[in-house]
Amino acid sequence: MSVVDGKAPQAAGVPERSGARTIVDTVFRARELSIVAALAVLIGVTAAANSNFLSGQGVTDILLNTSILALLAVGQSVVVITRNIDLSVGSVVGLVAFVTGDFLASGGSMPLGILIGVAIGAACGVVNGLLVSFLRVPALVVTLGTLYVVQGLDHYIAHGRQINAVDLPPAMLALGNEGVLGVPYLPLIAVVIMLAVGYYLRSYPSGREFYAIGSSPEAARLAGVPVRRRILAAYLLSGALAGLGGVLWLARFGTVIADSAQGWELTVVSAVVVGGVAITGGVGSVYGAVLGALLLTTIGSALVVLRVNPFWQQAVTGALLLLAISVDRVLALRVARLLRKRNVRHGS
Amino acid sequence: MVISIARRFASTVAVTSLLALGLAACGGGTTKDSASSSAAPAPAESAAASANPNAPLKEGLKLAFLPKQINNPYETIVDNAGIEAAKEFKGEAKEVGPSDASASSQISYINTLIQQNQDAILIAANDANAVCGPLKQAMAKGIKIVSYDSDAAKDCRDIFINQASSEEVGRSQVKLLAEMIDYKGEIAILSATANATNQNTWIEFMKDELAKPEYKDMKLVKVAYGDDDDQKSFQETQGLLQAYPNLKGIISPTTVGISAAARYISGSKYKGEITLTGLGTPNQMRQFIKDGTVQKFALWNPKDLGYLAAYAAAALASGQITGAEGETFKAGKLGERTIGKDGEVILGPPFTFDSGNIDQFDF
Repeated sequence: MSVVDGKAPQAAGVPERSGARTIVDTVFRARELSIVAALAVLIGVTAAANSNFLSGQGVTDILLNTSILALLAVGQSVVVITRNIDLSVGSVVGLVAFVTGDFLASGGSMPLGILIGVAIGAACGVVNGLLVSFLRVPALVVTLGTLYVVQGLDHYIAHGRQINAVDLPPAMLALGNEGVLGVPYLPLIAVVIMLAVGYYLRSYPSGREFYAIGSSPEAARLAGVPVRRRILAAYLLSGALAGLGGVLWLARFGTVIADSAQGWELTVVSAVVVGGVAITGGVGSVYGAVLGALLLTTIGSALVVLRVNPFWQQAVTGALLLLAISVDRVLALRVARLLRKRNVRHGS
Repeated sequence: MVISIARRFASTVAVTSLLALGLAACGGGTTKDSASSSAAPAPAESAAASANPNAPLKEGLKLAFLPKQINNPYETIVDNAGIEAAKEFKGEAKEVGPSDASASSQISYINTLIQQNQDAILIAANDANAVCGPLKQAMAKGIKIVSYDSDAAKDCRDIFINQASSEEVGRSQVKLLAEMIDYKGEIAILSATANATNQNTWIEFMKDELAKPEYKDMKLVKVAYGDDDDQKSFQETQGLLQAYPNLKGIISPTTVGISAAARYISGSKYKGEITLTGLGTPNQMRQFIKDGTVQKFALWNPKDLGYLAAYAAAALASGQITGAEGETFKAGKLGERTIGKDGEVILGPPFTFDSGNIDQFDF
């Protein structure tokens, strides 16, 4: 992982390495551009076969389908950047969708309902974060555990019941499929959150520390980065966004039973990895992750429109994942070599 | 505060589930032994049994409902109605079951129920053959087996309560849609998973019905699979509407599919242009009947299913019937029922819900 050594000092903010930063930035912007290109080809081919795909309704559908996944991908990418993983997000979405639905169906007010949803998600995130950062249990095991615990809790609360669209306040249902000036609310929310988190990670010193931790936890600790606090914050954000995702899930689908979003954690991780966030930490951006989510969702929709056998969808997703990981590996090696050359030339 | 409570709760849950696992494992082990040791003499007893149609229903019968999985809203409705029915004939009924819909977890529950000496086990089988062995052990001990919702293999149960004949479900769905679209235009089916047995049987009968001359102007263009997943069902519905611009109607014979499709259509430009029908529950569809997205859909009454199953179990356990074709029994408010071929009792034709009657139902 020589790329890691190259990146750690610049991530911690050493100014004379700004040249290195430019190289890394260019390469990884290219990584995001490649997803955009793939997306353009996909949309172009599908639209050529069926013009309805790019009709107003078609575009709205794709944006709505992507929103919740994109939101979860933003949270997940922050966690993955710190060289951790959050597998509990799917269960958290399910739990929050049901609890919020239950609260609203029994006459609760909508703002309070949304707040409760986000708070439950944040609480789950804090539990994950504390176990991972302070007790130093591997993230994979911790979040796998909370996946089952949260799911069990959801089943216990739901107890075979179902939340029906008719019991929800009309404003909640409107949140799921209406919008301002023709742009639906869900993608707007996702984009605002993506921009905010993206800006923070890139431009704030504390934001850069997430990358430093993922590149080399040990080096980050020695450089004085509050590793535990940052990891806790990453999980808190991922949990809170999963909570928000649960609220939006309820708004979008209207009918909710105990096992909604089951299995979504893997889709989210796929989106993040396809989007260029290295599973080994320290590399990637939330923009890439959101593009990954958009690409995976669009593939799902495009295959249906192109009348391709649905069984191919999973195979295509899997192939994309492998491709993404291979590309990342090749890029990482190239960047490492470039940086090494530079360092030799500068005699450092 | 919140965190510490949540963590404590988490550990409690973990410990409790571990305990439960341990208990289930023990229960399963001992039950299997006791069942096999006492299995020999029992068959003679059950073979000798003959139906006495005039036998009164026994009081204090112990019935156990074993659904595909607890937490499934549909099965909860069925089982609760059965538990209520048992009170009418002064029996004791309960629901037990696994939280995952797998045959192997049902088996350990069957073993425990045998040990508890239930009078009858009512099961919605997760796998027709996998649960067969333990069910036979139960029958050997004189426990009556009623399958409902999803059948077990014929020789491992006394009676199957069929919610509606598959043929009737398939054909009536096509009729329902045809009447709404004047027997004209392209139609599609939005199913659950591609290998769901009941879905595929219904779809076969739908195709067979569509082959009749009165449907010559209707064309089935696609069978799509939403995998009973909200997002997937949304995407499949969107895809159908985009790929087949002349589509007039969609049949979705699955509760997840029809509610997802209705939710999507209600918020899209297709509302009012496409006719959606299928199998759904009144509570989940109420919103879409009220806002005009859906005019009519169908389902049997799951409460009646549980009710009928409970009475059938009681009639078996009281010796009124043995499960042979042609026998009849009284099922409370549902009146007299006759056992058909292969020990099947059919609940009745699917019931059609529309804006006029939906408010009379709450399930």
